[in-house]
Amino acid sequence: MAKSALLKSSIAKKVAMALSGLFLMLFLAQHFFINMTSVFSADTFNSISHFMGNNPLVQFVIQPILIVGVVFHFIMGFVLDFKNRSARPISYAKNNGAANSSWASRNMIVSGSVVLAFIALHFYDFWFPEMVYKYVDVNPLNETRYFHELAEKFESPVRTALYSISFLLLSLHLWHGFNSSFQSVGFNNKYSRSLHKLGYAFAIVVPFGFIFIALFHHFNH
Amino acid sequence: MKLTLKIWRQKNAAAEGKIVEYPIDHIEPDMSFLEMLDILNDELIMKGDEPVAFDHDCREGICGMCSLYINGEAHGPDRGVTTCQLHMRMFKDGDTIFIEPFRAKAFPVIKDLVVDRSSFDRIQHAGGFISVNTSGNTIDANTIPVNKKDADDAFDAAACIGCGACVASCKNSSAMLFVAAKVSQYALLPQGKIEATDRVLNMVSQMDAEGFGNCTNTGACEVECPKGISLENIARMNREYMSASLKG
Repeated sequence: MAKSALLKSSIAKKVAMALSGLFLMLFLAQHFFINMTSVFSADTFNSISHFMGNNPLVQFVIQPILIVGVVFHFIMGFVLDFKNRSARPISYAKNNGAANSSWASRNMIVSGSVVLAFIALHFYDFWFPEMVYKYVDVNPLNETRYFHELAEKFESPVRTALYSISFLLLSLHLWHGFNSSFQSVGFNNKYSRSLHKLGYAFAIVVPFGFIFIALFHHFNH
Repeated sequence: MKLTLKIWRQKNAAAEGKIVEYPIDHIEPDMSFLEMLDILNDELIMKGDEPVAFDHDCREGICGMCSLYINGEAHGPDRGVTTCQLHMRMFKDGDTIFIEPFRAKAFPVIKDLVVDRSSFDRIQHAGGFISVNTSGNTIDANTIPVNKKDADDAFDAAACIGCGACVASCKNSSAMLFVAAKVSQYALLPQGKIEATDRVLNMVSQMDAEGFGNCTNTGACEVECPKGISLENIARMNREYMSASLKG
């Protein structure tokens, strides 16, 4: 089969979306565990953050892959949504989507767009200042700054609220996305029922854990 | 029962269509949905109006000919049935019922509620078959041992009647459940394995060429399928497709 035909095929796009989604969920899980340490120990959070922020493998290999993964997932999401909408030029006068599918599964583009807006805010809050601190201003290494940088961001009730709302939409995105990713890569067997439960648990624990972290720092600054 | 029907009327493929309202009375709960439409058409003919065009054939739920998007669901609100086996007892006296054709770019409307589903035929022609010598020397299929689970799964997939409810129900107008059923029914059996690589590549390629959307795993197709075709078939087709792509 010609490579161009494979790249154009609907199934290849679907599998690529799933693989990038699975990769982003792995990233989300590790981000969650690191952030959760900030609730229990500022020192632990500082030392892990310092490692992640200065390890060459993380900074110059994993981080670029992650950025490519995020950009690919969003661009492909919008491209597929546009194509899917054009596959039904005339809408139904009456459509009862709730009778056969979940809101989360029908509105991945809505939840995904909110998560995209959140990522822009998150980059503005943390990633860009971090890049400027390290690579533009070339400040000296400071292993103890991370906890304070995190905690002071959540002093603002507006930012805390925006983060919390975004995590609710992330929860809905994961509610469908986790299990959908496995289905897309062809995983549907006797273990799927257990995997679905794990997926729903992931979609609740991780986003609501992030909300807890944001609220914890807001009320304990 | 007294009902208000809101039916999509469209003179031909090129004409613009619109929803037209028809009041109807004296409908028995035990009538099938198509019998109710027959009564409406009798009334329209008696009045000198154009009857509503709709597809039907066996009226036993096995031919896949009837369609209709009824009150926002393919084949109406009942589960595991085609429109011909949907009964009026699923509705209440005084209800308003929307009746529309299956909507998809790949299913253009021919007239009123009749759509052209020949895109499914072209997908079948692209690979939904096995090449067997039928000139009198055909080996009895029962002489080839088949794992019971595979035989059952292949039979379940083969129950697909190609009605297109999966496409109509999918928010993306994806034909993945139909194609997956047709790929699976052969991929699971020894007779189908020989052409498995070409089959899945060609059928998916034709599916994409017809203008169906991409599957996003909402599961609406599985719920609305009158034959209960499982999403497991789509996962199997995804595996078959990726494996065939690597081989090809």
